[in-house]
Amino acid sequence: MSAAPGVVGRRSGGDRVRGTAFYVLLLVAVTIGFVLLFVLLADVIRKGIGYVDLTLLNEPNSSDPSKAGAGPAIRGTIYMMVLLLLLVVPLGVGTALYLEEYADRDRWYNRLLEINIQNLAAVPSIVYGILGLAFLVRGLGLGRVLLAGALILTLLVLPTVIVASREAIRAVPDSIRQGAYALGATQWQVVRRQVLPAAIPGIATGSILALARAIGETAPLLLVGALTFVAINPTLLGSFTALPVQIYQWIARPQDEFRLLAAAGIMVLLAILLTMNAFAIWLRNRYQRRW
Amino acid sequence: MSTSDLTAGAQPEPIRLRATGTRWSEVVVKASLALCALVSVATTIAIIIALLEPSIEFFREISIVDFFSGDRWAPLFEPASFGVQPLLVGTLAVTFWACVICLPCGLGAAIYMSEYAHPRVRGILKPALEVLAGIPTVVFGFFALTFFTPLLQDLGLGVNVFNALSAGLVVGVMLIPVVASVSEDAMAAVPQELRDGAYGLGATRLQVSTRVVVPAAISGIIASFVLAISRAVGETMIVLIAAGGLAQITFDPRDQVQTMTAFIGATGLGDVPTGSVEYKTIFAVGLALFVITFVMNILSIRLVRKYREIYE
Repeated sequence: MSAAPGVVGRRSGGDRVRGTAFYVLLLVAVTIGFVLLFVLLADVIRKGIGYVDLTLLNEPNSSDPSKAGAGPAIRGTIYMMVLLLLLVVPLGVGTALYLEEYADRDRWYNRLLEINIQNLAAVPSIVYGILGLAFLVRGLGLGRVLLAGALILTLLVLPTVIVASREAIRAVPDSIRQGAYALGATQWQVVRRQVLPAAIPGIATGSILALARAIGETAPLLLVGALTFVAINPTLLGSFTALPVQIYQWIARPQDEFRLLAAAGIMVLLAILLTMNAFAIWLRNRYQRRW
Repeated sequence: MSTSDLTAGAQPEPIRLRATGTRWSEVVVKASLALCALVSVATTIAIIIALLEPSIEFFREISIVDFFSGDRWAPLFEPASFGVQPLLVGTLAVTFWACVICLPCGLGAAIYMSEYAHPRVRGILKPALEVLAGIPTVVFGFFALTFFTPLLQDLGLGVNVFNALSAGLVVGVMLIPVVASVSEDAMAAVPQELRDGAYGLGATRLQVSTRVVVPAAISGIIASFVLAISRAVGETMIVLIAAGGLAQITFDPRDQVQTMTAFIGATGLGDVPTGSVEYKTIFAVGLALFVITFVMNILSIRLVRKYREIYE
């Protein structure tokens, strides 16, 4: 006979205070990142807006900040994007298809393969740079060229593409596969005509997001020698630079004008990334089916 | 098999569901897909070879004991000194300040999204966190150097132009989405019955969150912490830009430090002659970095697997 029936379900005052305090703490935790993101964007725009012009988009770098641009760097980034797309999508989708459709999960080597990919996804990007320096630039004697940069970025985002493609492939319901098999299709016919078409929106979204991550990478490109002066259009086997590397080079200079120029470069980079992200999200919402 | 066979009472032939012969085109397809998968195995092997070979040569010239016990890191000076402790201390300092931000904020964001937020709010928050995660590190580095450090100076903290505090805190901001998304995944895997049971016993939302959901998802939460620490240790651009280039043993966050990654970046920038000791230091430090992050990654993968096994 301790509590009257009416008391059931009533909270003590202390509970309510603690609950509210915790809720406020959570809100602070959630917002802090976004507030800083907002401050970061505002700061970059405030500093860089005066330098975003045709000079920035077209001209090569220069020791005079008013004439310096990121033309070759922007073109280098675009070339690398195309190369990356051609390399990483077939490799990533191929691996994902093998793991989801063909591999026997209980075999030790397939389990090892999965752990290997998960680990590769978390290897620091600068270690990929070391790999590029040792094997591509010096070992194979490619030199500090665009192709070496593109290959290293390919390996860097390959795990991301694999994971995204696997999720998209896994989301295709088994009934579709069973139906195709029942009609006499071979395994490859099932994969090519049923599974892949159904998984393409997911694969495309994941690949674009991975690509966006790759072209923002700086550290591995520093090690394969992207930090050079390039006046002309980059070629596959010529020396090259990329937009984030150009931004780093400007940040590292002591003069304030170059810092402002760096902010302008960041605006261009973020505009490219945001466009890619928006496109990926649109693609996801437009084509992705729920079964 | 026709009906007449059955009416005749003959034994029906067993139906063969296996292919009558090998379809070679199918074998070729499977083999080429497996070949794609082998690329990632080859990557790991190549990383290990690339790191090990020059490192072994390096440790032939510099004793491994001196490397780990030495407290002066000056590979480019005369007389050169190869004690890695300053780089380890620098890495530790940056990682510590990153954790101060990313662990509580990431966990808080995960609890909020999983237990408190309306589904519609969560639908906005998750992609917004993806945007934060998609900002290139060179941009965060710019932010740390040209905004955050001056801000700390204005606050009268007396920080150096390059300092561990500013770099570390900004690395922390960058890692909030990492902790939040992995932790939230783990919390989403906690069965609803556990929450309903606790609410049925009269628990408040705070009690359900902290005494039911968090303990039930703890292996995933720890996995997210370990992953974030591994990422902080491996982060290059922010520290290269904002933490400075002076390898020294200091625990004063206002002072500049050099991390392992910043050393590799700074040395790799220049055209170091192949085969020189300076060139090999890149690989020795890279190997140390790879081993540290590898151990943490494997730990994190195992922890994630653990909660998946329990709840899924």
